[in-house]
Amino acid sequence: MSNLLEVRDLCVTFVTPDRTVHAVNGMSFDLRRGETLGILGESGSGKSVTLRSILRLHPERRTRWSGSIRLEGDEVLEMGPRALSDLRGGRVAMIFQEPATAFDPVFTIGQQIAETIRRHTGKSDTDAWRRARELLELVRIPSPAQRLKAYPHEMSGGMRQRAMIALALSCNPSLLLADEPTTALDATVQIQVLLLVRELQREFDLGVIFVTHDIGVAVEVSDRIGVMYAGKIIEMAPVAEMVDAPQHPYSRGLLASTVHGGMRGQRLEAIPGAPPDLATAPTACSFAPRCRFAEARCTAAPPPLAAVAEGHQVRCVLAA
Amino acid sequence: MLLYALRRLVYLIPVALGVSLLVFALVHLAPGDPISAIVPPDAPKEVVDKLKEYYGFDKPLPVQYLRWLGVTLTGDFGTSIGTGRPVATEVATAFGNTIILAIAATLLAFSLAVILGTAAAYAKSRIVDRLVTFISLVGVSVPHFWLAIVLVIIFSVELGALPPMGIGPENATGWRLDGPHLAHMVLPTIALSVIPLGVVTRTVRSTIKEILGMEFVTALRAKGMSDGRILLHVLKNAAPTCLAVMGLQAGNLIGGSILIETVFAWPGTGFLLNSAIFRRDLPILQGTTLVLAFFFMMLNLAVDVIQTMVDPRIKRG
Repeated sequence: MSNLLEVRDLCVTFVTPDRTVHAVNGMSFDLRRGETLGILGESGSGKSVTLRSILRLHPERRTRWSGSIRLEGDEVLEMGPRALSDLRGGRVAMIFQEPATAFDPVFTIGQQIAETIRRHTGKSDTDAWRRARELLELVRIPSPAQRLKAYPHEMSGGMRQRAMIALALSCNPSLLLADEPTTALDATVQIQVLLLVRELQREFDLGVIFVTHDIGVAVEVSDRIGVMYAGKIIEMAPVAEMVDAPQHPYSRGLLASTVHGGMRGQRLEAIPGAPPDLATAPTACSFAPRCRFAEARCTAAPPPLAAVAEGHQVRCVLAA
Repeated sequence: MLLYALRRLVYLIPVALGVSLLVFALVHLAPGDPISAIVPPDAPKEVVDKLKEYYGFDKPLPVQYLRWLGVTLTGDFGTSIGTGRPVATEVATAFGNTIILAIAATLLAFSLAVILGTAAAYAKSRIVDRLVTFISLVGVSVPHFWLAIVLVIIFSVELGALPPMGIGPENATGWRLDGPHLAHMVLPTIALSVIPLGVVTRTVRSTIKEILGMEFVTALRAKGMSDGRILLHVLKNAAPTCLAVMGLQAGNLIGGSILIETVFAWPGTGFLLNSAIFRRDLPILQGTTLVLAFFFMMLNLAVDVIQTMVDPRIKRG
């Protein structure tokens, strides 16, 4: 079965007159149709940059791309402006972290959904509004006809994120990119939105890439989890295996540093140190300076990607 | 929306009364009293008292104010001391002339400012941005009366291309929409537009630049919107801020520029005020100030109403 998305050796570098940031340094992964991939990582690990690269949203002038991003066989990094804008919102849709800032404040929700439908399907204004109304029903927004006429500030955070999901699904995408869509929401609303995303993903057989720094969220929605560090995936495994048997010292540290019930009074395990500065491209294991198990060979060369089980790969010399 | 506009209109009444009080006080704040301005210094006391009684100056101030207000509300602004013509006619003529110039300068300045400011905010090259910033800086910094004189020297004295002063050809009365009258407008319009051009360009540039950095612009790109459609979104977001600044600038232009109208001998409100000050023509001063203040209030109201129409976040409460 062919993959929906194939990312190979993706490198993203931001160049400004003042400094250079190597945000993504050799990302490779596949996504099957109907699969949800969770990308887990702390701030600055390059997870959002990777996600936005799939739509090439970074400013063209200051961004250097290399590698390959293929969606259903089409190379995204070589697309012209026309093909790219057909792709955006059409075949690939994105939901953002903060729905309060991702909607234009001076246009109604209905206008913003309808303009997207008109752009990609060529439907008439009336048909686009009817479809927008159906979409709001789909994401279970009460009294959808009135909500279409509401401005973003007149809705609650959870409602806005539902509307954002409706907008994303408006043109039947095959790939949904979710950039920490639950981070800005209350815990109870978070769960509702997660369940909604999972349900819609199954209903429409969507490929989903779900970026988050919340392990609980990643475990909840994903089929597979990729852990990112310093612009690379350092471990990729099916959810159950990632939770039960993480191999990379960073993944283990990350999973150990979560808080759950029955831990009262215990000292929380944290990973010492801070993520590396990405002004230069990493030449060895980026995690070595913070790693308890670091050896001489860790700083000598970048560790290879080793397969430890079916579908479970680790970028660490200890696992090889 | 209509209700909101009406309510705002009602709120203007106390403001208007405050303005009228100040304008009325103008007569009594000025040194000397109005009677001594029109009678010779050696006039007998009985004549002065008679005049005071005739004009009602012997009554207490509150009574004087109410009487004056009542008469003013009927549209009677009194008689000019300088020309002997009714103030209402004088002010109306001058105001009409100023409005023509103000509209021309506003159109020129605002359209240019929106284009330049937007271009600078979108500019990928620093040169374009710097150039626009320089233009707007020059606009707000260069004394416009000096620029007016320089324009006259270049285009009228040296090149002889445009008339240096007046509202139209000699012995023509009033303003008409024809070639010679338009030619007379060119230089004053340019001179008058430099300050609003500078101020508004700067506002448009910084507002749009800020909006372009917002997340919803990225979200618009992420759903495949065309550049033109995104510009529409950006402009609507920038509109409330820019309109507020434009409203103030337009207000300043309607007030008429004493300096510009004096340089070009343009018979507008600025010119009228200038001569009224020198002639101590109090009725003219009062009438002009009152009309201008009224227009300024209406303009502010219009800007506020348009702002609430454009930006749904502004409460209409």
